[in-house]
Amino acid sequence: MRTPGGAPATEAALGSGQADASNVVIKVAGLRMSYDGFEAVRGVDLQVFRGEIFTFLGPNGAGKTTTVEILEGHRKRTAGEVRVLGEDPEHADRWWRSRVGVVLQSSRVEPQLTVRECLELYAGYYPAPRSVPEVIELVGLTKRSEVRCGQLSGGQQRRVDVALALIGDPELVFLDEPTTGFDPSARRSAWEMIDGLRQLGKTIFLTTHYMDEAEALADRIVVIKAGAIVAEGTPATLGGRDHAPYQITFSLPAGVASGQLPHTLGPARALDQSGKVMIESEQVMATMQALSSWALEQRFEISDLLVRRPALEDVYLELTEPPK
Amino acid sequence: MTSTRVEPGSRSDARLVAHQLRYDLLLILRDPQSRFFTIALPLIFLVIFTSLFGHDTTHVNGHKIKFSTYYVPGICTLGIIATSFVNLVITITAQRESGVLKRRRSTPVPAWVLIASRMLASAILALVLVAVIVVIGRIAYGVHIPGSTMPAFVLSVIIGAAAFCCMAFAAASFIRNEDSAQPIIQAITLPLYFISGIFIPTSQLSSTLKGIADVFPVIHLNNALFKAFDPATTGSGIAGKDLLIVVLWGVAGLIIALWRFSWSPQSS
Repeated sequence: MRTPGGAPATEAALGSGQADASNVVIKVAGLRMSYDGFEAVRGVDLQVFRGEIFTFLGPNGAGKTTTVEILEGHRKRTAGEVRVLGEDPEHADRWWRSRVGVVLQSSRVEPQLTVRECLELYAGYYPAPRSVPEVIELVGLTKRSEVRCGQLSGGQQRRVDVALALIGDPELVFLDEPTTGFDPSARRSAWEMIDGLRQLGKTIFLTTHYMDEAEALADRIVVIKAGAIVAEGTPATLGGRDHAPYQITFSLPAGVASGQLPHTLGPARALDQSGKVMIESEQVMATMQALSSWALEQRFEISDLLVRRPALEDVYLELTEPPK
Repeated sequence: MTSTRVEPGSRSDARLVAHQLRYDLLLILRDPQSRFFTIALPLIFLVIFTSLFGHDTTHVNGHKIKFSTYYVPGICTLGIIATSFVNLVITITAQRESGVLKRRRSTPVPAWVLIASRMLASAILALVLVAVIVVIGRIAYGVHIPGSTMPAFVLSVIIGAAAFCCMAFAAASFIRNEDSAQPIIQAITLPLYFISGIFIPTSQLSSTLKGIADVFPVIHLNNALFKAFDPATTGSGIAGKDLLIVVLWGVAGLIIALWRFSWSPQSS
């Protein structure tokens, strides 16, 4: 798995080598969708390149699910150009469906079938399916393959979902909030599995509510708000994150107020009642030196010291904040 | 692109129906609710009614018959509706609301294959259930099995199963969530059973009730099955007018289903 921040695949995805037309898996231009006069999607443009994990973020009701359903061929659009694997999903044929894998946001698997039976049923739908035991192995359910799906845990059922999306050996996989409701360790192993799909050369269209998930997996992120794209970038650059001032947070000793800090450090913001403060700085070393000189002089101990760019979550919340 | 285009032809589509059918039957047989309400309950009704009143007689169409002979085709009607309508509405509503149908439609399997397979599964189950009811009637209660009218009996079962399957797809399109499927369907079918001669001969009903029953398909399927089953029937035993009404209901169901049926969850 890639470490957050470092983005070798991102540069490759955006580099001239990958951006030519033959590597465009999804191309959307001027997409609009209205329901009874309400415009849920208002002019969305997107491009997704072969082999990348494209992450689509946005609050509930922003038009995210509508857009995904149009791309999957489950919904008709009002206007705009959509090409997925070179075809219009609205008129997609069986051949197209065999090249696209879909993990829906909320779907249960057939509770009365075992994991193996369920995969055999779906394998029968495809012209050239992958081997059933191989796919079960890929999602880590080999030991549970003879168990009925209804008896699996939520996380395991979601793995069956993913397995069903992969059984037809698709080129493009839609993953709509694949880890919602997972415990932390199940999410961690789901991420490893999704990262494994990238290694197989699949193109992944991921939607999620978890910023750590986007940070761990995404090559590229696009944020939708009120039906329109408001930001695009890598996890490291989204919303100008790479240019934003560093945030230095630390805890002051008991009885010391943030007002006592030297003025040269700039304005300090108290984060809570426990003496935790944050200062913003463009020049971390200079600020740190001033801070430590002051602390040594005053014989204070500074604890919980943390230096970082704004978290992806902070950037996302700022981008999607409702207008005041 | 490395993958080669594989065009599934019509021959492999037939194989696809067979493939899907195997799993559809498995899903019905493994579901405890289907096992009880669809398979066990009609047999329990048969045993209860025939044991209670089987040796009494009643008058139907102007001649006297034993109640056991009357109940066997009646319970067959109930069995056909249980498999082709009640069970189908409940299972496809549940599959639609849990996203199973939508996921299947995300794969290359054609919609008609899924519909044909599920209807075939119901029809096969209906035929087997009817056969079991008739055999139990013969062995336990000495009920006569039709000879020359057997083709008419089988034909009526198949037409009834097909028509009620179409009505099931239409009915499911009006039900928004899976929890309400069972009560709604029972509320529709139970009163119809009572006024359509399934439990009580229609000769004992008021003309108003009988007039209401005549509008709906249950009494007509029951009439068709009874005519083919009645030892006093002469000729082919095909109740043309009754079967026509059942077919018309089926066609109406099909049209509504084609217009309204959705593969995506409706609640939420």
